[in-house]
Amino acid sequence: MSLIIGRPHISLKNLNVYYGHLQVLKNITLDIPDRQITVIIGPSGCGKTTLLKTLNRLLDSVEGVRVEGRVLVDGEDIYSPGVEVTRIRKKMGLLSQRPQVLPMSIYDNVAYGPRIHGLKNKQQLDQIVERYLRIAGLWDEVKDRLSEPASRLSLGQQQRLCLARGLAVEPEIILGDEPTSALDPQSSQNVEKCLLSLKSQYTVLLVTHILRQARRIADYIVFLYLGEIVEHGPAQEVLNNPRDPRTKAYLSGEIS
Amino acid sequence: MTNYLWRLRKEIWASKFMGLSSSLPVFLILLMLLGLFLKAKPLFVLKPLSQIIFSSHWLPLKGHFGLWPFIMGTLWVTLLALFIAAPISLFVAIFLSEYAPSGIREIARPMIDLLAGLPSVIYGVWGVLIIVPFVGRYLAPLFGTYSSGYSVLAGGLVLAVMILPTIIHVILEIFRAIPQAVREASLSLGATKWETIKHVLLRQAAPGILAALVLGLSRALGETMAVLMVVGNVVQVPRSLFDGAYPLPALIANNYGEMMSIPLYDSALMLAAAILLVLVIIFNLIARLILLRVEKGLR
Ligand SMILES: Nc1ncnc2c1ncn2[C@@H]1O[C@H](COP(=O)(O)OP(=O)(O)OP(=O)(O)O)[C@@H](O)[C@H]1O
Ligand SMILES: [Mg+2]
Repeated sequence: MSLIIGRPHISLKNLNVYYGHLQVLKNITLDIPDRQITVIIGPSGCGKTTLLKTLNRLLDSVEGVRVEGRVLVDGEDIYSPGVEVTRIRKKMGLLSQRPQVLPMSIYDNVAYGPRIHGLKNKQQLDQIVERYLRIAGLWDEVKDRLSEPASRLSLGQQQRLCLARGLAVEPEIILGDEPTSALDPQSSQNVEKCLLSLKSQYTVLLVTHILRQARRIADYIVFLYLGEIVEHGPAQEVLNNPRDPRTKAYLSGEIS
Repeated sequence: MTNYLWRLRKEIWASKFMGLSSSLPVFLILLMLLGLFLKAKPLFVLKPLSQIIFSSHWLPLKGHFGLWPFIMGTLWVTLLALFIAAPISLFVAIFLSEYAPSGIREIARPMIDLLAGLPSVIYGVWGVLIIVPFVGRYLAPLFGTYSSGYSVLAGGLVLAVMILPTIIHVILEIFRAIPQAVREASLSLGATKWETIKHVLLRQAAPGILAALVLGLSRALGETMAVLMVVGNVVQVPRSLFDGAYPLPALIANNYGEMMSIPLYDSALMLAAAILLVLVIIFNLIARLILLRVEKGLR
């Protein structure tokens, strides 16, 4: 069944998700490979965001949600009772559709996670802030204005700040929900470059609407349609020789 | 081209008109203050203003109009109400918006709005029937003093209950306006719900919460009926929560009819009204200043 090479980092087993009576994810079984970029594509409303939120249990705060099946992260079922939700979330950095900076300074945004998890040492915090701002390619642009409110940054800068903020809690997995959809081409490219360079150390799971983006960075492709996985596999295979007629239709722009 | 000029002209007219109408409230306030001070003038032609404001000598028949007890009465009752109402409304609003299931929230919201709209006489009657005896019979002995119950404390409690719904309503709206994605950003970093509220939501909402409190405070400062029913209306500078008091609005409302018969009494009441107005303005200014500082740290 598994189409991936190497150890799966996340395994979904017969996952069903319902909002009240509406079933949004249907019997999803999927392995997400370690330290690769897996890209989820699919038309609007097919459940991509829901899938990402299932993984870090952000779905918990939505009322009337029901999750069935198993989600294994590093072999641990994250929905089994007694699991510490904050620890699960700390394993994953989330980039949302629109960058969401916290209402505080640039510095405090990056330091937020580490501080929450108990780090107080100013020197260590300084180091962390610098390290991850560099990785996100933002350091040179903001190093002289770290105490300014983060909301003064441009959207593209904000998204990279969000990336730095997510990385600062030292996750293993990066979840991106169309992280470039609100950005201009140049900023999108910057974010894409970041993601590519992070691949060697992080498992990346990216939702995108942009097929060209998928082509540029995906190792694996998952095509989600009406809550079901229609097709998944190595990027070249799915993108160049789709087997399912629905995938073909989507790739050629007939359904969107 | 002429079309462009025409549009430009309209633009200028519009902005002039808007500018003019937005300065209207300022004019109105200045006009009111001016009117009140003109009416009060006969009084402080005789005595310096400071002597009237800071004197506790209140004998209208002999021409003594010291307003200090009334000013202090107003400050005691109002600030007490705010100190009681502020934390409670914040907790209620946070609970309803962040913790309560949507069912409870949807029931609570209209009830809070209903409470906010009740006539103040109803709060007054409720205060006389329940709060006053409660303060007199139970609270005062508990603290080892005597009180009739008609006191600063009763006034503060009734007033707090009155302004609670208004403040809660506004804070709820403010929390509702914060995008869900902000909460998710914090949660996804591994923060708990409470940490998210404390470090992110309260910060984001701070200016709005402050505005809500000022709204409550302004309402409390001017509230007349319910307060005058429970504070005892004793002319004295209160020295404890169990003392009676006589706030400015109560003074004006209670004596407006008889002011004609005693010389200068009307001037004294106008001065009291002016002082009340100035107090409202001062509190609003203080809030603005705090707001500026808060916003500097945020945006
Ligand atoms: N909180 C919610 N309550 C009820 N239904 C929801 C909720 N959130 C999403 N849905 C529904 O679930 C379905 C999947 O939504 P989801 O946001 O996962 O789609 P998506 O693939 O991310 O779409 P897009 O590409 O437009 O972002 C949609 O039909 C949506 O209407
Ligand atoms: Mg989505």
